[in-house]
Amino acid sequence: MNVPADRNHALELLRQMLRIRRFEEKTAELYSLGKIRGFLHLYIGEEAVAVGALQALGPEDAVVATYREHGHALVRGTPAGSLMAELYGKANGCARGRGGSMHFFDASRRFYGGLAIVGGGLPVAVGLALADKLQGRPRVTACFFGDGAVAEGEFHESLNLAALWKLPVLFLCENNLYAMGTALARHQSQTDIARKAQAYNLPGEAVDGMDVLAVEAATAGAVETVRGGGGPYLLEYRTYRFRAHSMYDAERYRTKDEVEQWKQRDPIAAFEGLLREWKCLTSDDLAAIEADIAAEIDKAVAFAEAGAWEPVEDLTKDVYTERT
Amino acid sequence: MTMTKTTYREAVRAGLREALQRDPLVFLMGEDVGRYGGTYACSHGLLEEFGPERIRDAPLSESAFVGAGIGAALGGMKPIVEVMTVNFSLLALDQIVNNAATIRHMSGGQFSIPLVLRMATGGGRQVAAQHSHSFEGWYAHIPGITVLTPATVTDAKGMLLAALREPDPVLIFEHAYLYPMEGELEEAGLVDISKAALRRQGRDVSLLTFGGSLWKSLEAAERLAAEGIEAEVIDLRVLRPLDTATILASVRKTHRAVIVDEAWRTGSFAAEISAQIMEGAFYDLDGPVARVCSAEAPLPYPKHLEDAALPNVEGIARAVRGLLGA
Ligand SMILES: Cc1ncc(C[n+]2csc(CCOP(=O)(O)OP(=O)(O)O)c2C)c(N)n1
Ligand SMILES: [Mg+2]
Repeated sequence: MNVPADRNHALELLRQMLRIRRFEEKTAELYSLGKIRGFLHLYIGEEAVAVGALQALGPEDAVVATYREHGHALVRGTPAGSLMAELYGKANGCARGRGGSMHFFDASRRFYGGLAIVGGGLPVAVGLALADKLQGRPRVTACFFGDGAVAEGEFHESLNLAALWKLPVLFLCENNLYAMGTALARHQSQTDIARKAQAYNLPGEAVDGMDVLAVEAATAGAVETVRGGGGPYLLEYRTYRFRAHSMYDAERYRTKDEVEQWKQRDPIAAFEGLLREWKCLTSDDLAAIEADIAAEIDKAVAFAEAGAWEPVEDLTKDVYTERT
Repeated sequence: MTMTKTTYREAVRAGLREALQRDPLVFLMGEDVGRYGGTYACSHGLLEEFGPERIRDAPLSESAFVGAGIGAALGGMKPIVEVMTVNFSLLALDQIVNNAATIRHMSGGQFSIPLVLRMATGGGRQVAAQHSHSFEGWYAHIPGITVLTPATVTDAKGMLLAALREPDPVLIFEHAYLYPMEGELEEAGLVDISKAALRRQGRDVSLLTFGGSLWKSLEAAERLAAEGIEAEVIDLRVLRPLDTATILASVRKTHRAVIVDEAWRTGSFAAEISAQIMEGAFYDLDGPVARVCSAEAPLPYPKHLEDAALPNVEGIARAVRGLLGA
């Protein structure tokens, strides 16, 4: 690996990963205060994936994500305040507060959820790509999903359909080695997820998901193929979640030792180390980035706190399109 | 009859343990039932006790493992399949509706499917639209399956054991809100899964309900009693085949009926109950049948909207007062 040609870009990657980390640490705190309720799935440990992958997309491209999507929405550019307000359930949230943690939506950034049925996003991504193809638009649709989703029929049906119709879909598997409490080897007969692409005749590639530069490079390459009309592409990012599956998880299925081992490969600490080694980052730089992020998060919390609740009379609004 | 204080969750677990101990053909299969200990901890410790052959962690493949449950039942086993929640059972709908429910009849009675399918159901925990469905009424539309909705600690265990004696598929819906609830577990006797249960005697109105709504209805009945209104509360608990006789007997006594069902009103199971009353006790009614159901919208995340969408105690009491002109 080389010293990045563009130092500002490298610092931006670090900043984005830190934003996700600090934002989510704050949400965990707010959860214990009861400000955030329901399910809360943290992405901590996996930040390099969303940050690296989303660099490769342009504003015209689409994103479909899962219930573990705080990081993706942040990187995509939805303001932190709008996301925090959504987590509070306030009407100034990115989905009027109706979805909460698992259901971020942002039409202006072509962010189609926040879909919480495992595997449910893949067919939708195929359809978004079909619409682009039919209308001759050079856009791609990036679909994030976990290793657990690979066991669903929808994964297999979607890969086949997208490959069969040569649709511009990026299938982005965040393999964090567990589907809730079930380890990869206990839910997959073939644990090499990237290889599954072969069965459906599309390219598949595994990448170190703890290395933001590797994620960025691999995704950029895949986007080029897909945008160039080469049909869909499967990328498997090998990563790890440092926190519990959700806030209610006793974590009986893995050892503390294993988690500690992975924390040694913390994507943020690793990248920070590299930047220092390359003399691209000083302690002052880092302090400035952290201060910036802290201010952004304070503002986001204030925005959420100040938000109003959606009036109860609006409960059945938007079940259907309003007609005048 | 011995009684022990326990939680709904522990009662389910006790039922599972007893079933696994009693019959070597029984096994449990589903997502995270083993190492994780069950999403709602209903199978905590069972993997250690019974081993991975009988406590089988399944991949996220609802259609495949529910279908495999059907196949295993056809092959002579007694599978208990846990689908984490009713929301995810939609991925297995084809297996349940097209295979489990039809094979006995379609084969001219040659095959039997003694499958027990358990799943959590219901809303009220702020987990938003995709995780809060109540589809037990939907499933009760389908001939060929039995639909149970245990609401008490005793039924949580007793209905599971009774279901395992059935030669045909049984779906058990456990309202997720009930798992931590404490109650008295009656150890004597099996639960009769052909009968609704009278949970409270009353003369003025029949509250007909099931699952998580039972407790709201009982609370509403208490509130009404303080106002001099005596509500009878019937826990339907078996949605199919429905114990119509118990419903009609209660309505003939009270002459008024309010149905409480957490599903959406349109096309709800409450509509079916109402139709049964029209057909069987129309001339005994002193007023129209009333329904308390969920608002016609996907369930939203924030508490105030979720509370407004779901049936609640005051809403039930209000519906009763409305009927009585009180
Ligand atoms: C169809 C379906 N089944 C079960 C669930 C419950 N559930 C939510 S997340 C999850 C684990 C998913 O694991 P994975 O796809 O690897 O994603 P991760 O949580 O690791 O990011 C499960 C079982 C669900 N949401 N949808
Ligand atoms: Mg995973």
